[in-house]
Amino acid sequence: MRTWSLIRLFTLLVYLFMFTPIAIVVILSFNDAQFGGFPIEGFSLRWFYALAENDAIVRAFRTSLLLGLLAAIIATTLGILASLALMRYSVPATNFFNTLLISPVLIPETVLAVGLLLFMRWLDQPRSIVLLLAGHVLIALPFVVLVVQARLVGIRKVYEDAARSLGANPIQAFFQVTFPLLMPAVFAGLLFAFTISFDNITATLFWRPAGVETVPTQIFGMLRHSISPEINALGTVMIVITVGLPLLAGAIARAFARRRT
Amino acid sequence: MAKSKAAAVELKNVIKHFGEVQAVKGVDLTIDAGSFVTLLGPSGCGKTTILRMIAGLEHPTRGEIWINGRRIDDIPIHKRNLGLVFQNYALFPHKTIFDNVAFGLRYRDVPKAEIRKRVAEALEIVQLPGVEKRFPAQLSGGQQQRIALARAVVIEPDVLLLDEPLSALDANLREGMRVELKRIQRELGITTIFVTHDQAEALALSDKVVVMSNGKKEQEGAPDKVYNQPASRFVAEFLGNANLLPGRIESNGVKLQDGTLLPLRDAKGLPVGTEIDVVLRAERILLARQHPPEADALVVPGKVRALDYQGVAARYFVEALGTTLQVINPIDDLPFPEGAEVLLRIRAQDCVALGRA
Repeated sequence: MRTWSLIRLFTLLVYLFMFTPIAIVVILSFNDAQFGGFPIEGFSLRWFYALAENDAIVRAFRTSLLLGLLAAIIATTLGILASLALMRYSVPATNFFNTLLISPVLIPETVLAVGLLLFMRWLDQPRSIVLLLAGHVLIALPFVVLVVQARLVGIRKVYEDAARSLGANPIQAFFQVTFPLLMPAVFAGLLFAFTISFDNITATLFWRPAGVETVPTQIFGMLRHSISPEINALGTVMIVITVGLPLLAGAIARAFARRRT
Repeated sequence: MAKSKAAAVELKNVIKHFGEVQAVKGVDLTIDAGSFVTLLGPSGCGKTTILRMIAGLEHPTRGEIWINGRRIDDIPIHKRNLGLVFQNYALFPHKTIFDNVAFGLRYRDVPKAEIRKRVAEALEIVQLPGVEKRFPAQLSGGQQQRIALARAVVIEPDVLLLDEPLSALDANLREGMRVELKRIQRELGITTIFVTHDQAEALALSDKVVVMSNGKKEQEGAPDKVYNQPASRFVAEFLGNANLLPGRIESNGVKLQDGTLLPLRDAKGLPVGTEIDVVLRAERILLARQHPPEADALVVPGKVRALDYQGVAARYFVEALGTTLQVINPIDDLPFPEGAEVLLRIRAQDCVALGRA
């Protein structure tokens, strides 16, 4: 009994340690006070309104959304194609290519960031939004590949064989059978890629062209001057997006699954 | 039954290598239009590889495959017009039964109204009308396999290919489906190639059984022919329960190793003095306390060593002729107990001579 209560206490402390900072950001974002800290002076949405009126933040938000969406779509497309190639066809050195695809996860982000910059320098290319996008795709790709491959293992090739035997060519078989069955992984991959791009800061600081800010770099920049309560509000918005999206997707997936059994 | 004798499927010296392994070692096969042919053999004998090559899922290393006078081994699978049924049904789990069955019709420019009509007909044939709106997961295994069959036959394929379609079903269901399968095949008159390792299925369903082992054809023929006149030791041992008795051909029978002279009707042209094996099916030996005298039959004494009670019949292990024979006899009253002294009746017509290669 004693051990269990100790474990309970520890668990509680760990969770507190993990979530208190986040909770504080959310709570303070509704604080009416002039400065971003305690004490709470009253409930207000004024910092959220202030956010919406702050051109720099709105611009950063747009950049992040666009970047996240494009990175998600590109990384997911590439990830699906790569996974299909590696798992459905006999590619020589499958393991080698697989490791290569996953490796951006293993390499420290700073190294990856500098590496890509040097590569661009060698190609005589300036830092641009395209480079930034390519970088985000690079970082997100391993996660997509992992998710898609995990799902693809469970989709037996016999479904494709059946579709082909009934007259579907390989592309039709893919879109009629494999892709719909892969949908949960596609969704998960898109979400993963979007969230990873949306809150990436380290590599983004290296890659962004002058004058381009994403939400994280914008927050980072703002923090250098002062801790404005706007940052709390911005933090809350980011939490809602990065936590809310997957939850929503999960709910949709469950609703779909229920229809079929 | 009117049956045209045209060959629907022809394999000419088909060879398939998987890396170093030779899975199919030069097989010739002719399958008549409208017939039901079974490729029977243990796992790894090459039967599934042959089916997959006909289907287009594998490409033969060498040889030719012809269907209805058209060489197809270089035609991609989706242009072959074959109906395929897999062991695990392979219904598309995200599509309704209607969309599953209609799948092949959508690639054949069939108008919508006709698709509906033909799907309904196909479901009628497999005796599952009205399930169009359900999803595969809402049906039982047996029902799913019927849908898979409907999906394969609705496109009116040139050949129906069945890859162990019954082996995922439990025993009771399997027999029901076996009867169904035969009925549907007869009704549609569709040329069918069936792959199985289950001899009961093969014997019950087929017009022709092709017994395979180790990438080669062992024997082909009508089920009763293959069963009663095995052409090789492998076929004799693979089908049913056979006793193989070594002996030497004499002018009036076969001299077994213990000196007994076994009557033999057909020495298959083998000269006197040839060492052969005599195949004697377990159910062809009759056990009794006494036998009425009979021409062309041998009665020898034996002793029941063990028995295997199977309900309608019993399998006995009887010590006789200097060896232990398997005997399967129906049970009239009580099975003979262990240790019982019995007489075995062996008829000349049941002894099949098997030359040694």
